[in-house]
Amino acid sequence: MRWRPWLWLAPALILLAVFLVWPVIRTIWISFHSGSIINPTREFVGLENYQELFTNDPAFIKYDLPPWSALFNSALWVGLFTLGVIAFGLLVGVLADKVKYEKTAKAIVFLPLVVSFTAASVVFRLVYSTDPNIGLINAMLGLIGFGPVAFLGEPNLVNFAIIGAGIWVWTALSMTILAASYKALPEETHEAAAVDGASEWQVFWRVSLPQMKGPIIVVAVTMIINALKAVDLVLIMTTGGPGFSSRIVGFTVYWEIFNNNAAGYGSAVAVVLLVMMAPLMWWQMRQIRAAEAR
Amino acid sequence: MAEIRMDDLTKIYDDGTLAVGEFTLTIEDGEFLVLVGPSGCGKSTVLRMIAGLEDITRGEMHIGDNLVNDVTPKDRDIAMVFQNYALYPHMTVRDNMAFGLKLRKTPKDEIRRRVAEAAGILEITDLLDRKPKALSGGQRQRVAMGRAIVREPAAFLMDEPLSNLDAKLRVQMRAELERIHNRLETTTVYVTHDQVEAMTLGDRVAVLRAVSPARPYNLQQVGPPHELFNDPQNLFVAGFIGSPAMNMIYARLEAEGEDVWVVFGDYRLKVDPRTLERHPGLENRTNEELVMGVRPTSMEASVIAGPDPDRTMRITAEVDENLGAEVFVHHTLNLRPVITPDVEELLADAGQTPESLGDTTEFVARISSDVDVTKGEQLDVVIDTRKLFFFDPKSGSRIGARSATAAAG
Repeated sequence: MRWRPWLWLAPALILLAVFLVWPVIRTIWISFHSGSIINPTREFVGLENYQELFTNDPAFIKYDLPPWSALFNSALWVGLFTLGVIAFGLLVGVLADKVKYEKTAKAIVFLPLVVSFTAASVVFRLVYSTDPNIGLINAMLGLIGFGPVAFLGEPNLVNFAIIGAGIWVWTALSMTILAASYKALPEETHEAAAVDGASEWQVFWRVSLPQMKGPIIVVAVTMIINALKAVDLVLIMTTGGPGFSSRIVGFTVYWEIFNNNAAGYGSAVAVVLLVMMAPLMWWQMRQIRAAEAR
Repeated sequence: MAEIRMDDLTKIYDDGTLAVGEFTLTIEDGEFLVLVGPSGCGKSTVLRMIAGLEDITRGEMHIGDNLVNDVTPKDRDIAMVFQNYALYPHMTVRDNMAFGLKLRKTPKDEIRRRVAEAAGILEITDLLDRKPKALSGGQRQRVAMGRAIVREPAAFLMDEPLSNLDAKLRVQMRAELERIHNRLETTTVYVTHDQVEAMTLGDRVAVLRAVSPARPYNLQQVGPPHELFNDPQNLFVAGFIGSPAMNMIYARLEAEGEDVWVVFGDYRLKVDPRTLERHPGLENRTNEELVMGVRPTSMEASVIAGPDPDRTMRITAEVDENLGAEVFVHHTLNLRPVITPDVEELLADAGQTPESLGDTTEFVARISSDVDVTKGEQLDVVIDTRKLFFFDPKSGSRIGARSATAAAG
């Protein structure tokens, strides 16, 4: 019996089991029950929570227009937020590489990541304020004769406003990773492309960008996960409102369990979230393993 | 196909460093021109200015009939081979080669034809679907060549393309480059620090040297390889071209009736009239200290050459390097070594300092390997005094040299 390897693995396995595997199993188990987090007398309800979630909860999924509900909003986040973070990260990372005050520019863009998300959320609530004396954006709109616009009070705008704040916060990380990868590209391939007849734009699209595929995937997957599990920005800026038009899946988990005291129902949302993320994580693991094999 | 004309080209970097100065050179249509010199001599900068990767501070650059000073690299119709190959890692060999043609919207059939043809010339047809990381250094080198060839450009620019290959492969690729050039006859500018590469490849070779306050120009001499070897215009070119390097010795000339003798240490050799002819004005420089240059290849053991007491040096074989067909014999002359700015620069390039020479002069003779050389034994060596060189110790110029501008023309 080769027990020795297991002995060395045991501490890690035990930690994983206690803090990762057990909570997942427990969450799935709770999701089949009704009741609150502190109520010891839970009742087994089978798939009822899931049924409710997908057929009867307009805050989670809406089958009419406008579509603003947690599942739809999360999809919007995954698309817009991820694209935005990568696009701005690339833009700042690559442009900063071409100017003399590169370090200063990068430091400024990096700042939001140092600020706590709670603080950033509060700041953005002020930025979006309808009072032109407080709200930066409405102050600027006022200068050109518009507004004021209730960015956080208008169901058709609120998601884009919060996603904008999310992009502002996360661009810092994206820029750091993508700028480093851009800097590491061999300068000679850029020169070779220029001599081969490529414009600067073509050099970027056809030579630089494809070489940055790995880091871009890493940032994309990280941001998709961030988008799905986001809680803080929504909680502080709108608490999911107006109505429930800015709820997203991650926020819903928190809201159901801790605010509505519905542990079973919230756990069901968490399981849905897990199912959404699992293929993504599996794919990312494969990418990393493939990269290591090279 | 095009001629490349550079007039008084100057490159000053942002920090004020003068990298290239007063560079005037015309590369003829179809010519294979090599820019050679030690590191930091500006040769790569000149090449990058031709490519458009480096701005031109002053002067004019023409490719064909076009003034290209302000033309971007993509519109110069040149192809470049980089030292590290600079292949696009995310593209297959085929796409690497086709990239430039795709950007120019060449018809697909034409791209396929040209890639196939270039791959055939370079014998890389089997590799077309591989990515660069699956290729050896020599194969990458071929792909980089292929990428240049398919473009059918006005000129090829090559920046030390062979320096990352091992010695054997380098010799093989050198021959291949020559074959390709003979076939395509495209104007080629080739940068190297290896004078053997320069001599074997170039129709003409331009020797460059870092600028100095006293000498704000890089170009030392340009000409066919044999001209640089047999008619170097200064100590720098004389010392840089030729392997093993030319012996440099402090010597003085003495006139004796019709004859002129060169004297150094205990040695006295009769100077052939042809050496005097090659150095106009040399007869007026008797009894002053000059630098004498003599190539190891202008010598032979007296047992082979026949006795010639007026031109014989008796040396001690301290070290002998037997290369099979010939032997290089090292001897120490009890004379202070020749140290001039030219020599110091050459030493620095070889990683040496003037101090490392000590206070004696090393002397190398090449003799046939048919001669038995015993270490520590004495040996009589006959010097071909038709092929002596004399330089002014202050300026480093050959006595009677053509002016610098004439040499550059």
